[in-house]
Amino acid sequence: MNTSALPAALADIVDDFQALTEAERLQLLLEFSQGLPELPERLRDHPELLEQVVECQTPLFLTVETEQADGDSPERVRLYFKAPKEAPTTRGFAGVLHEGLDGLSAAEILAVPDDMPELLGLTRAITPLRMRGMTAMLGRIKRKVVASGDRQPSAQS
Amino acid sequence: MTYPVEQNEKFAAYAHPDRLVSTEWLATAIEDGALDGGNLVVVESDEDVLLYETGHIPGAVKIDWHTDLNDEVTRDYVDGEAFAALVASKGISRDSTVVIYGDKSNWWAAYALWVFTLFGHEDVRLLDGGRDKWIAEGRALSTVTTAATPADYPVVERDDAPIRAFKDDVLAHVGRPLIDVRSTEEYTGQRTHMPAYPEEGALRGGHIPTAASIPWARAAAGDGTYRNRGELEALYLGEAGLNEGDDVVAYCRIGERSSHTWFALKYLLGFETVRNYDGSWTEWGNAVRVPIVKGAERGAVPAGR
Repeated sequence: MNTSALPAALADIVDDFQALTEAERLQLLLEFSQGLPELPERLRDHPELLEQVVECQTPLFLTVETEQADGDSPERVRLYFKAPKEAPTTRGFAGVLHEGLDGLSAAEILAVPDDMPELLGLTRAITPLRMRGMTAMLGRIKRKVVASGDRQPSAQS
Repeated sequence: MTYPVEQNEKFAAYAHPDRLVSTEWLATAIEDGALDGGNLVVVESDEDVLLYETGHIPGAVKIDWHTDLNDEVTRDYVDGEAFAALVASKGISRDSTVVIYGDKSNWWAAYALWVFTLFGHEDVRLLDGGRDKWIAEGRALSTVTTAATPADYPVVERDDAPIRAFKDDVLAHVGRPLIDVRSTEEYTGQRTHMPAYPEEGALRGGHIPTAASIPWARAAAGDGTYRNRGELEALYLGEAGLNEGDDVVAYCRIGERSSHTWFALKYLLGFETVRNYDGSWTEWGNAVRVPIVKGAERGAVPAGR
C-alpha cells in the first residue's frame, strides 16, 4: 500500500511522518495531540452523544456528523473527538485522523485502507499494542459513517 | 553513594521504609541540588509513551516500559549489556539512588522498579503517589527533555529467580499462595482484558486454580499513594489469607499491575519471597493443557498433581 490510495490531507500527514526519524515522529505525534480541537459546546455538555472506543488504552470518545450538501458545497462528514490531556498518544492519533479526514465525503473516508495507521512508521516506537487503538479508532469512524448513511435514504439513491 | 532515607511515620511502619519517598521529600531534595552530581536520579515511567514530553518533574529522565525494557525479539527483558547501556545513558551509575514515578498510581513505575531489581540495582525507590500526586500538589513541571550526563554502569547479568516466576514455576506452585491482581471480571472469566482496555488475545477467561483475587488498585489510596501498613495487612493477611513467611506469586495480564502488588508485598509488608509471574494471563490463558478455574471461587488443586 502506498499513499496514493489516501485522501490528500491524510497522504500529506503520512508523508510527513515517513520523512522523519523515529524520535521526530513521536514529537510530531505530540504536536498532533496538542492540535486536537476542543469539542464544540453543544457536544461538550452531552457526553451521551459520543461513543467510547474501548480498544484504546485510555478513554477516547468520538462521534461523526454529516453536513448536508448546500449549494456548491457537497455533503461532508465532520469528526469530533474527546480524549484526556493525560493521554497524549491517544490524542495524537485522534489529531491525525481529524486533520486527515474531517470534512471529507463518506465515500472518501470509507475508502481509507483499514491498516492506514501502520503507514505512520510508529509501530516500533509506540508498540503494536498501542497501535491497535488507532486502528480501532479508524474502524469506529468508518462504521459510524456507514451507519449514518443508512439512516439517510437520500444517501442510498 | 546512596542518598539518605526519608523518615516519616507512615513509611516507618513498613518493612522497608527505604523503598519509598514522598513528593515533599523529593521536591526538597531537588531544591537542594540532589540531581546535580548523579547521586540521585529521578526516572519517569508511564503507560503513555508521550506523557513525559507533556511535562515531567524537572530533571527527570524517561524510561519507557515497552520500548526500553523489553527485548523486541525474545519476549523477555533486555539483557545485562542493553540495560547497562540504557541506564548509563540516563546518567545512572550502579551506586545511584534511583527514584521512579509514573502515571496510574505508579503502576508502570513499579514495573520499571521490578526490572531494575532483576539487575540487582541496590537503591531504587518509588515516589509515593507518583505523577498524579506531584501534579495535584501544584509542584514544578518541565517540558525540557533532560540531557543526562552519561554515567558508567557495569554489565550485570539479570538474576530472575528470586523475584520472577515462569509458567512451570507457577504450575508447581498451584495450591500455595497466589494473588491474582486483575479486575473481578477478568478473575471470574467474564472478560479476558481490563474494562476499557484492548483485548490482548487470551483465549480463555478465568484464573489460575487456588489464586486469591485482590485487584491491584486496592493497595492504593485515592491519591495514588500506597495504603498504610494496617490497611495492607487487612487486605493481604486478612482477606487473601497470606501468612508471615509465605512464598507468594502475583500475576495479572502481562505482569505490570502485579509489579505494583509485588512491591507492596515485598517491601511494605516484608515477605521475603515474592515473585512476579510476568507471563501472566496472556501466557497462562492460552497455554495448552494448563488448568484454569472459572467463576468467583478460588478452586482446588487439579487432580493428579
